[in-house]
Amino acid sequence: MTKLIQSSIARKVVMALSGIFLVLFLALHFTINFTSVISPDTFNEFSHFMGYNPVVQFLMQPILIAGVVIHFVMGIILEIQNNRARGVKYVQFKGSANAPWVSRNMIYSGAVVLAFLGLHFYDFWLHEMAFKYVEVNPEDPTRYYAETVEKFAPIWRTVLYVISFGLLSLHLWHGFASSFQTMGLNNKYTPAIVNFTKIYAVAIPLGFAFIALYHHFNPIIH
Amino acid sequence: MKIYLKIWRQKDAASKGKMVDYTMEGIEGDMSFLEMLDILNEELITKGEEPIEFDHDCREGICGTCSLQINGRPHGPDTMITACQLHMRSFNDGDTITIEPFRAKAFPVIKDLIIDRTAFDRIQQAGGFISVNTSGHTIDANSIPIEKEKADDSFYAAACIGCGACVAACKNASAMLFTSAKVSQFALLPQGRVEATDRVLNMVRQMDIEGFGNCTNTGACEVECPKGISLENIARMNREYLSASLKG
Repeated sequence: MTKLIQSSIARKVVMALSGIFLVLFLALHFTINFTSVISPDTFNEFSHFMGYNPVVQFLMQPILIAGVVIHFVMGIILEIQNNRARGVKYVQFKGSANAPWVSRNMIYSGAVVLAFLGLHFYDFWLHEMAFKYVEVNPEDPTRYYAETVEKFAPIWRTVLYVISFGLLSLHLWHGFASSFQTMGLNNKYTPAIVNFTKIYAVAIPLGFAFIALYHHFNPIIH
Repeated sequence: MKIYLKIWRQKDAASKGKMVDYTMEGIEGDMSFLEMLDILNEELITKGEEPIEFDHDCREGICGTCSLQINGRPHGPDTMITACQLHMRSFNDGDTITIEPFRAKAFPVIKDLIIDRTAFDRIQQAGGFISVNTSGHTIDANSIPIEKEKADDSFYAAACIGCGACVAACKNASAMLFTSAKVSQFALLPQGRVEATDRVLNMVRQMDIEGFGNCTNTGACEVECPKGISLENIARMNREYLSASLKG
Protein backbone atom coordinates (compact mmCIF):
# COMPACT_ATOMS: atom_id res chain seq x y z
CA MET A 1 0.00 0.00 0.00
CA THR A 2 2.88 2.39 0.82
CA LYS A 3 4.37 1.65 -2.60
CA LEU A 4 1.03 2.45 -4.20
CA ILE A 5 0.85 5.88 -2.53
CA GLN A 6 4.40 6.70 -3.63
CA SER A 7 3.73 5.98 -7.28
CA SER A 8 2.93 8.66 -9.84
CA ILE A 9 -0.05 6.71 -11.17
CA ALA A 10 -1.53 6.25 -7.68
CA ARG A 11 -1.22 9.98 -6.99
CA LYS A 12 -3.03 10.69 -10.23
CA VAL A 13 -5.77 8.20 -9.33
CA VAL A 14 -6.23 9.98 -5.99
CA MET A 15 -6.69 13.24 -7.95
CA ALA A 16 -9.15 11.57 -10.32
CA LEU A 17 -11.26 9.88 -7.63
CA SER A 18 -11.44 12.97 -5.40
CA GLY A 19 -12.26 15.02 -8.51
CA ILE A 20 -15.13 12.76 -9.54
CA PHE A 21 -16.44 12.81 -5.97
CA LEU A 22 -16.43 16.63 -6.05
CA VAL A 23 -18.12 16.63 -9.46
CA LEU A 24 -20.93 14.48 -8.02
CA PHE A 25 -21.20 16.79 -5.02
CA LEU A 26 -21.52 19.79 -7.36
CA ALA A 27 -24.58 18.19 -8.98
CA LEU A 28 -26.22 17.74 -5.56
CA HIS A 29 -25.27 21.27 -4.46
CA PHE A 30 -26.65 22.72 -7.69
CA THR A 31 -29.93 20.81 -7.37
CA ILE A 32 -30.53 22.15 -3.85
CA ASN A 33 -29.48 25.70 -4.79
CA PHE A 34 -31.73 25.72 -7.83
CA THR A 35 -34.78 25.14 -5.65
CA SER A 36 -34.15 28.63 -4.23
CA VAL A 37 -35.14 30.06 -7.61
CA ILE A 38 -38.25 27.88 -7.96
CA SER A 39 -39.57 27.64 -4.41
CA PRO A 40 -38.12 29.41 -1.32
CA ASP A 41 -39.99 26.99 0.97
CA THR A 42 -38.46 23.91 -0.69
CA PHE A 43 -35.03 25.57 -0.48
CA ASN A 44 -35.55 26.25 3.23
CA GLU A 45 -36.64 22.65 3.79
CA PHE A 46 -33.61 21.18 1.97
CA SER A 47 -31.20 23.58 3.67
CA HIS A 48 -32.58 22.84 7.11
CA PHE A 49 -32.31 19.11 6.48
CA MET A 50 -28.69 19.46 5.29
CA GLY A 51 -27.85 21.70 8.24
CA TYR A 52 -29.31 19.55 11.02
CA ASN A 53 -29.31 15.93 9.79
CA PRO A 54 -26.58 14.17 11.82
CA VAL A 55 -25.56 11.90 8.91
CA VAL A 56 -25.06 14.92 6.65
CA GLN A 57 -23.38 17.00 9.34
CA PHE A 58 -21.10 14.49 11.01
CA LEU A 59 -20.45 11.96 8.24
CA MET A 60 -20.99 13.48 4.81
CA GLN A 61 -19.64 16.96 5.63
CA PRO A 62 -16.27 15.73 6.98
CA ILE A 63 -15.97 13.40 3.94
CA LEU A 64 -16.61 16.35 1.64
CA ILE A 65 -14.06 18.54 3.40
CA ALA A 66 -11.54 15.68 3.22
CA GLY A 67 -12.27 15.30 -0.50
CA VAL A 68 -11.60 19.01 -1.11
CA VAL A 69 -8.41 19.00 0.98
CA ILE A 70 -7.05 15.81 -0.64
CA HIS A 71 -7.78 17.18 -4.12
CA PHE A 72 -6.00 20.51 -3.68
CA VAL A 73 -3.10 19.24 -1.55
CA MET A 74 -2.40 16.48 -4.09
CA GLY A 75 -2.78 19.00 -6.91
CA ILE A 76 -0.13 21.25 -5.35
CA ILE A 77 2.22 18.30 -4.71
CA LEU A 78 1.88 17.14 -8.35
CA GLU A 79 2.45 20.68 -9.64
CA ILE A 80 5.67 21.06 -7.62
CA GLN A 81 6.92 17.65 -8.82
CA ASN A 82 6.01 18.46 -12.41
CA ASN A 83 7.87 21.77 -12.33
CA ARG A 84 10.94 20.05 -10.92
CA ALA A 85 10.81 17.37 -13.63
CA ARG A 86 11.57 19.90 -16.37
CA GLY A 87 14.86 21.06 -14.83
CA VAL A 88 16.25 23.78 -17.12
CA LYS A 89 13.34 25.66 -18.72
CA TYR A 90 12.93 25.99 -22.48
CA VAL A 91 13.80 29.33 -24.08
CA GLN A 92 10.83 28.73 -26.39
CA PHE A 93 8.00 26.33 -25.54
CA LYS A 94 4.92 26.31 -27.76
CA GLY A 95 2.46 24.55 -25.50
CA SER A 96 -0.52 25.92 -27.42
CA ALA A 97 0.55 23.96 -30.51
CA ASN A 98 -0.27 20.61 -29.01
CA ALA A 99 -2.53 20.98 -25.97
CA PRO A 100 -5.54 23.15 -25.09
CA TRP A 101 -5.14 26.06 -22.66
CA VAL A 102 -7.48 24.55 -20.07
CA SER A 103 -5.47 21.33 -19.79
CA ARG A 104 -2.19 23.24 -19.35
CA ASN A 105 -3.50 25.63 -16.70
CA MET A 106 -5.44 23.44 -14.29
CA ILE A 107 -3.33 24.74 -11.41
CA TYR A 108 -4.50 28.32 -12.09
CA SER A 109 -8.18 27.52 -12.61
CA GLY A 110 -7.92 25.29 -9.51
CA ALA A 111 -6.28 28.07 -7.49
CA VAL A 112 -9.14 30.46 -8.31
CA VAL A 113 -11.71 27.80 -7.36
CA LEU A 114 -9.82 27.20 -4.10
CA ALA A 115 -9.77 30.93 -3.30
CA PHE A 116 -13.48 31.02 -4.08
CA LEU A 117 -14.05 28.11 -1.69
CA GLY A 118 -12.38 30.19 1.02
CA LEU A 119 -14.85 33.01 0.42
CA HIS A 120 -17.76 30.57 0.11
CA PHE A 121 -16.88 28.86 3.40
CA TYR A 122 -16.58 32.28 5.07
CA ASP A 123 -19.93 33.39 3.64
CA PHE A 124 -22.03 30.34 4.43
CA TRP A 125 -20.25 27.57 6.33
CA LEU A 126 -18.57 29.67 9.04
CA HIS A 127 -21.75 31.69 9.42
CA GLU A 128 -23.69 28.46 9.88
CA MET A 129 -21.21 27.05 12.41
CA ALA A 130 -21.37 30.31 14.42
CA PHE A 131 -25.17 30.34 14.28
CA LYS A 132 -25.48 26.78 15.55
CA TYR A 133 -22.53 26.13 17.82
CA VAL A 134 -21.17 29.52 19.00
CA GLU A 135 -24.27 31.64 19.36
CA VAL A 136 -26.33 28.48 20.05
CA ASN A 137 -29.43 29.89 18.36
CA PRO A 138 -32.62 27.81 18.30
CA GLU A 139 -33.48 26.00 15.05
CA ASP A 140 -35.18 28.20 12.47
CA PRO A 141 -36.19 26.26 9.34
CA THR A 142 -37.36 29.42 7.56
CA ARG A 143 -34.22 31.57 7.62
CA TYR A 144 -32.14 30.13 4.74
CA TYR A 145 -33.76 31.79 1.73
CA ALA A 146 -33.63 35.28 3.26
CA GLU A 147 -29.99 34.77 4.32
CA THR A 148 -29.03 33.67 0.80
CA VAL A 149 -30.70 36.66 -0.83
CA GLU A 150 -28.99 38.96 1.67
CA LYS A 151 -25.59 37.45 0.84
CA PHE A 152 -25.98 38.26 -2.85
CA ALA A 153 -27.08 41.84 -2.29
CA PRO A 154 -23.55 43.33 -2.68
CA ILE A 155 -22.57 43.38 -6.35
CA TRP A 156 -18.87 42.66 -5.58
CA ARG A 157 -19.75 39.29 -4.06
CA THR A 158 -22.05 38.37 -6.95
CA VAL A 159 -19.34 39.31 -9.48
CA LEU A 160 -16.67 37.32 -7.59
CA TYR A 161 -18.98 34.29 -7.54
CA VAL A 162 -19.73 34.56 -11.28
CA ILE A 163 -16.03 34.90 -12.18
CA SER A 164 -15.21 31.88 -10.00
CA PHE A 165 -17.91 29.83 -11.72
CA GLY A 166 -16.26 30.71 -15.05
CA LEU A 167 -12.96 29.30 -13.81
CA LEU A 168 -14.77 26.28 -12.34
CA SER A 169 -16.15 25.65 -15.82
CA LEU A 170 -12.65 25.63 -17.32
CA HIS A 171 -11.42 23.32 -14.53
CA LEU A 172 -14.26 20.86 -15.13
CA TRP A 173 -13.85 21.06 -18.93
CA HIS A 174 -10.53 19.24 -18.70
CA GLY A 175 -10.68 17.58 -15.30
CA PHE A 176 -13.85 15.53 -15.55
CA ALA A 177 -13.06 13.53 -18.71
CA SER A 178 -9.38 13.42 -17.75
CA SER A 179 -10.29 11.52 -14.56
CA PHE A 180 -11.62 8.63 -16.62
CA GLN A 181 -8.43 8.47 -18.69
CA THR A 182 -6.39 8.39 -15.46
CA MET A 183 -8.45 5.49 -14.15
CA GLY A 184 -7.73 3.54 -17.31
CA LEU A 185 -10.95 4.16 -19.20
CA ASN A 186 -10.16 5.03 -22.80
CA ASN A 187 -12.42 3.10 -25.13
CA LYS A 188 -15.44 3.42 -27.40
CA TYR A 189 -17.30 5.33 -24.64
CA THR A 190 -14.61 8.03 -24.41
CA PRO A 191 -16.20 10.40 -27.00
CA ALA A 192 -19.49 10.19 -25.06
CA ILE A 193 -17.67 10.91 -21.77
CA VAL A 194 -15.90 13.90 -23.36
CA ASN A 195 -19.19 15.26 -24.73
CA PHE A 196 -20.95 14.79 -21.39
CA THR A 197 -18.03 16.56 -19.69
CA LYS A 198 -18.40 19.57 -21.98
CA ILE A 199 -22.15 19.81 -21.32
CA TYR A 200 -21.65 19.40 -17.56
CA ALA A 201 -18.75 21.87 -17.45
CA VAL A 202 -20.89 24.55 -19.07
CA ALA A 203 -24.33 23.79 -17.62
CA ILE A 204 -23.48 23.47 -13.91
CA PRO A 205 -21.32 26.63 -13.53
CA LEU A 206 -23.75 28.55 -15.74
CA GLY A 207 -26.58 27.40 -13.47
CA PHE A 208 -24.69 28.47 -10.34
CA ALA A 209 -23.96 31.86 -11.94
CA PHE A 210 -27.64 32.24 -12.83
CA ILE A 211 -28.66 31.55 -9.23
CA ALA A 212 -26.20 34.16 -7.89
CA LEU A 213 -27.34 36.77 -10.43
CA TYR A 214 -31.01 35.91 -9.79
CA HIS A 215 -30.67 36.56 -6.07
CA HIS A 216 -28.81 39.81 -6.72
CA PHE A 217 -31.22 41.25 -9.28
CA ASN A 218 -34.57 39.75 -8.16
CA PRO A 219 -34.90 41.97 -5.03
CA ILE A 220 -33.84 45.02 -7.10
CA ILE A 221 -36.45 44.35 -9.79
CA HIS A 222 -39.21 43.64 -7.29
CA MET B 1 16.50 31.38 -48.24
CA LYS B 2 18.12 33.41 -45.51
CA ILE B 3 17.57 31.86 -42.10
CA TYR B 4 18.38 33.24 -38.67
CA LEU B 5 19.21 30.57 -36.10
CA LYS B 6 19.23 30.72 -32.32
CA ILE B 7 20.95 27.56 -31.12
CA TRP B 8 21.63 26.28 -27.59
CA ARG B 9 25.36 25.94 -27.01
CA GLN B 10 26.63 24.18 -23.92
CA LYS B 11 30.25 23.09 -23.55
CA ASP B 12 29.54 20.07 -21.34
CA ALA B 13 27.12 18.72 -18.74
CA ALA B 14 28.65 20.83 -15.96
CA SER B 15 28.73 24.11 -17.89
CA LYS B 16 25.96 26.63 -18.18
CA GLY B 17 24.57 26.93 -21.70
CA LYS B 18 23.26 29.87 -23.70
CA MET B 19 21.55 30.65 -26.99
CA VAL B 20 23.94 31.69 -29.79
CA ASP B 21 22.85 33.45 -33.00
CA TYR B 22 23.88 32.25 -36.48
CA THR B 23 22.81 33.43 -39.93
CA MET B 24 22.58 31.02 -42.87
CA GLU B 25 22.28 32.09 -46.49
CA GLY B 26 21.48 30.08 -49.63
CA ILE B 27 19.35 27.50 -47.82
CA GLU B 28 17.26 25.41 -50.25
CA GLY B 29 13.75 24.20 -49.38
CA ASP B 30 14.68 20.64 -50.40
CA MET B 31 17.43 20.44 -47.80
CA SER B 32 16.62 18.44 -44.72
CA PHE B 33 16.83 20.25 -41.39
CA LEU B 34 19.88 18.22 -40.39
CA GLU B 35 21.58 18.96 -43.73
CA MET B 36 21.15 22.64 -42.93
CA LEU B 37 22.89 22.01 -39.59
CA ASP B 38 25.61 20.02 -41.42
CA ILE B 39 26.28 23.03 -43.66
CA LEU B 40 26.40 25.33 -40.64
CA ASN B 41 28.88 22.99 -38.98
CA GLU B 42 31.09 22.92 -42.10
CA GLU B 43 31.12 26.72 -42.05
CA LEU B 44 32.01 26.72 -38.35
CA ILE B 45 34.81 24.18 -38.86
CA THR B 46 36.18 26.22 -41.80
CA LYS B 47 36.24 29.26 -39.53
CA GLY B 48 38.03 27.22 -36.87
CA GLU B 49 35.08 27.27 -34.49
CA GLU B 50 33.66 24.37 -32.51
CA PRO B 51 30.85 22.64 -34.51
CA ILE B 52 27.40 22.24 -32.98
CA GLU B 53 26.92 18.77 -31.53
CA PHE B 54 23.57 17.14 -32.30
CA ASP B 55 22.35 13.55 -32.27
CA HIS B 56 21.50 11.75 -35.51
CA ASP B 57 21.88 8.30 -36.97
CA CYS B 58 19.54 6.79 -39.57
CA ARG B 59 18.18 10.11 -40.88
CA GLU B 60 15.00 8.36 -42.04
CA GLY B 61 12.79 8.55 -38.95
CA ILE B 62 13.46 5.04 -37.67
CA CYS B 63 16.18 5.18 -35.01
CA GLY B 64 14.74 7.92 -32.77
CA THR B 65 18.16 9.44 -32.24
CA CYS B 66 17.57 13.00 -33.41
CA SER B 67 16.13 15.05 -30.59
CA LEU B 68 15.72 18.72 -31.37
CA GLN B 69 13.24 21.16 -29.92
CA ILE B 70 12.61 23.39 -32.95
CA ASN B 71 10.67 26.63 -32.48
CA GLY B 72 9.29 25.35 -29.18
CA ARG B 73 8.12 21.96 -30.48
CA PRO B 74 9.87 18.57 -30.46
CA HIS B 75 10.94 17.60 -34.00
CA GLY B 76 9.68 20.96 -35.29
CA PRO B 77 6.45 22.31 -36.71
CA ASP B 78 5.28 19.27 -38.75
CA THR B 79 3.54 16.27 -37.19
CA MET B 80 4.27 12.54 -37.42
CA ILE B 81 7.93 13.10 -38.35
CA THR B 82 11.26 13.23 -36.60
CA ALA B 83 13.64 16.20 -36.89
CA CYS B 84 15.65 14.36 -39.57
CA GLN B 85 12.52 14.11 -41.75
CA LEU B 86 11.84 17.83 -41.45
CA HIS B 87 12.72 19.87 -44.54
CA MET B 88 13.59 23.51 -44.88
CA ARG B 89 10.54 24.01 -47.09
CA SER B 90 8.57 24.12 -43.83
CA PHE B 91 10.19 27.52 -43.17
CA ASN B 92 10.16 30.84 -44.99
CA ASP B 93 12.89 33.20 -46.11
CA GLY B 94 13.87 35.44 -43.22
CA ASP B 95 12.51 33.12 -40.50
CA THR B 96 14.18 32.88 -37.12
CA ILE B 97 14.45 29.28 -35.93
CA THR B 98 15.12 28.40 -32.29
CA ILE B 99 16.87 25.08 -31.70
CA GLU B 100 17.18 23.62 -28.20
CA PRO B 101 17.79 20.16 -26.76
CA PHE B 102 14.81 18.20 -25.36
CA ARG B 103 14.44 19.46 -21.80
CA ALA B 104 13.87 17.18 -18.81
CA LYS B 105 15.67 16.68 -15.53
CA ALA B 106 15.88 13.00 -16.47
CA PHE B 107 17.47 13.92 -19.84
CA PRO B 108 20.57 15.94 -18.84
CA VAL B 109 22.41 17.79 -21.60
CA ILE B 110 25.74 16.18 -22.50
CA LYS B 111 26.85 18.84 -24.97
CA ASP B 112 25.04 21.47 -27.09
CA LEU B 113 21.95 19.68 -28.42
CA ILE B 114 22.88 16.18 -27.28
CA ILE B 115 21.06 14.76 -24.27
CA ASP B 116 21.48 11.63 -22.18
CA ARG B 117 18.39 9.43 -22.73
CA THR B 118 19.65 6.36 -20.89
CA ALA B 119 16.75 6.88 -18.44
CA PHE B 120 14.60 5.29 -21.16
CA ASP B 121 17.00 2.35 -21.38
CA ARG B 122 16.72 1.79 -17.63
CA ILE B 123 12.91 1.85 -17.81
CA GLN B 124 13.08 -0.71 -20.63
CA GLN B 125 15.53 -2.86 -18.69
CA ALA B 126 13.19 -2.83 -15.68
CA GLY B 127 10.63 -4.95 -17.51
CA GLY B 128 10.31 -4.16 -21.20
CA PHE B 129 11.02 -7.70 -22.33
CA ILE B 130 9.72 -11.27 -22.20
CA SER B 131 11.77 -14.11 -20.77
CA VAL B 132 12.17 -16.76 -23.46
CA ASN B 133 14.45 -19.74 -23.46
CA THR B 134 16.56 -19.31 -26.58
CA SER B 135 18.64 -22.45 -26.16
CA GLY B 136 17.44 -24.03 -29.38
CA HIS B 137 13.93 -25.07 -28.31
CA THR B 138 12.29 -21.70 -28.92
CA ILE B 139 8.62 -21.99 -29.80
CA ASP B 140 7.59 -20.16 -32.93
CA ALA B 141 5.68 -17.04 -31.86
CA ASN B 142 3.22 -17.61 -34.70
CA SER B 143 2.12 -20.94 -33.23
CA ILE B 144 0.03 -19.05 -30.64
CA PRO B 145 -3.21 -17.66 -32.12
CA ILE B 146 -3.65 -13.92 -31.39
CA GLU B 147 -6.70 -11.79 -32.20
CA LYS B 148 -5.94 -9.49 -35.12
CA GLU B 149 -7.11 -6.38 -33.22
CA LYS B 150 -4.78 -7.08 -30.29
CA ALA B 151 -1.87 -7.93 -32.57
CA ASP B 152 -2.42 -4.63 -34.41
CA ASP B 153 -2.62 -2.59 -31.19
CA SER B 154 0.54 -4.27 -29.93
CA PHE B 155 2.27 -3.45 -33.21
CA TYR B 156 1.19 0.20 -33.04
CA ALA B 157 2.56 0.44 -29.48
CA ALA B 158 5.79 -1.24 -30.57
CA ALA B 159 6.23 1.47 -33.22
CA CYS B 160 7.58 3.76 -30.43
CA ILE B 161 11.18 4.62 -31.31
CA GLY B 162 11.99 6.01 -27.87
CA CYS B 163 13.01 9.42 -29.20
CA GLY B 164 11.74 11.26 -26.11
CA ALA B 165 9.51 13.77 -27.96
CA CYS B 166 6.68 12.85 -25.57
CA VAL B 167 8.78 13.96 -22.60
CA ALA B 168 9.96 17.06 -24.44
CA ALA B 169 6.41 18.10 -25.40
CA CYS B 170 4.81 17.41 -22.03
CA LYS B 171 4.59 20.47 -19.78
CA ASN B 172 5.37 18.09 -16.90
CA ALA B 173 8.22 16.22 -18.66
CA SER B 174 6.27 13.02 -18.12
CA ALA B 175 7.43 9.76 -19.70
CA MET B 176 4.03 8.07 -19.48
CA LEU B 177 3.53 7.73 -23.25
CA PHE B 178 6.90 6.03 -23.76
CA THR B 179 6.53 3.74 -20.75
CA SER B 180 2.93 2.88 -21.61
CA ALA B 181 3.87 1.98 -25.18
CA LYS B 182 6.55 -0.38 -23.93
CA VAL B 183 4.15 -1.89 -21.36
CA SER B 184 1.33 -2.19 -23.91
CA GLN B 185 3.27 -3.91 -26.67
CA PHE B 186 3.71 -6.89 -24.36
CA ALA B 187 0.54 -6.62 -22.27
CA LEU B 188 -1.58 -7.17 -25.39
CA LEU B 189 0.10 -10.43 -26.37
CA PRO B 190 -0.23 -13.83 -24.65
CA GLN B 191 3.57 -14.13 -24.50
CA GLY B 192 3.70 -10.89 -22.51
CA ARG B 193 0.91 -11.75 -20.06
CA VAL B 194 3.10 -14.19 -18.10
CA GLU B 195 5.24 -11.40 -16.60
CA ALA B 196 2.66 -8.60 -16.96
CA THR B 197 2.26 -7.89 -13.22
CA ASP B 198 5.95 -7.48 -12.44
CA ARG B 199 6.58 -5.69 -15.73
CA VAL B 200 4.21 -2.79 -15.16
CA LEU B 201 5.12 -2.38 -11.48
CA ASN B 202 8.86 -2.38 -12.19
CA MET B 203 8.71 -0.11 -15.25
CA VAL B 204 6.50 2.48 -13.53
CA ARG B 205 8.73 2.37 -10.43
CA GLN B 206 11.81 2.97 -12.59
CA MET B 207 10.03 5.78 -14.45
CA ASP B 208 9.34 7.48 -11.11
CA ILE B 209 12.90 6.93 -9.88
CA GLU B 210 14.27 8.64 -12.99
CA GLY B 211 12.44 11.83 -12.00
CA PHE B 212 9.97 12.22 -14.86
CA GLY B 213 6.85 14.27 -14.13
CA ASN B 214 3.26 13.15 -13.64
CA CYS B 215 0.85 12.86 -16.55
CA THR B 216 -1.95 15.47 -16.55
CA ASN B 217 -3.62 14.19 -19.73
CA THR B 218 -2.96 17.31 -21.81
CA GLY B 219 -2.42 15.06 -24.84
CA ALA B 220 0.63 17.02 -26.04
CA CYS B 221 2.70 13.80 -26.20
CA GLU B 222 0.25 12.12 -28.57
CA VAL B 223 0.22 15.16 -30.89
CA GLU B 224 4.01 15.40 -31.04
CA CYS B 225 4.83 11.68 -31.20
CA PRO B 226 6.44 11.02 -34.60
CA LYS B 227 4.99 7.51 -34.58
CA GLY B 228 1.44 8.44 -33.51
CA ILE B 229 1.49 6.48 -30.24
CA SER B 230 -1.99 6.84 -28.74
CA LEU B 231 -3.07 7.99 -25.27
CA GLU B 232 -5.00 4.70 -25.10
CA ASN B 233 -1.68 3.14 -24.12
CA ILE B 234 -1.48 5.36 -21.02
CA ALA B 235 -5.01 4.31 -20.02
CA ARG B 236 -4.01 0.67 -20.58
CA MET B 237 -0.88 1.07 -18.45
CA ASN B 238 -2.93 2.68 -15.68
CA ARG B 239 -5.35 -0.26 -15.75
CA GLU B 240 -2.47 -2.72 -15.73
CA TYR B 241 -0.78 -0.86 -12.89
CA LEU B 242 -3.87 -0.62 -10.70
CA SER B 243 -4.74 -4.26 -11.21
CA ALA B 244 -1.13 -5.33 -10.58
CA SER B 245 -0.98 -3.21 -7.40
CA LEU B 246 -4.15 -4.78 -6.05
CA LYS B 247 -2.81 -8.27 -6.81
CA GLY B 248 0.55 -7.44 -5.19
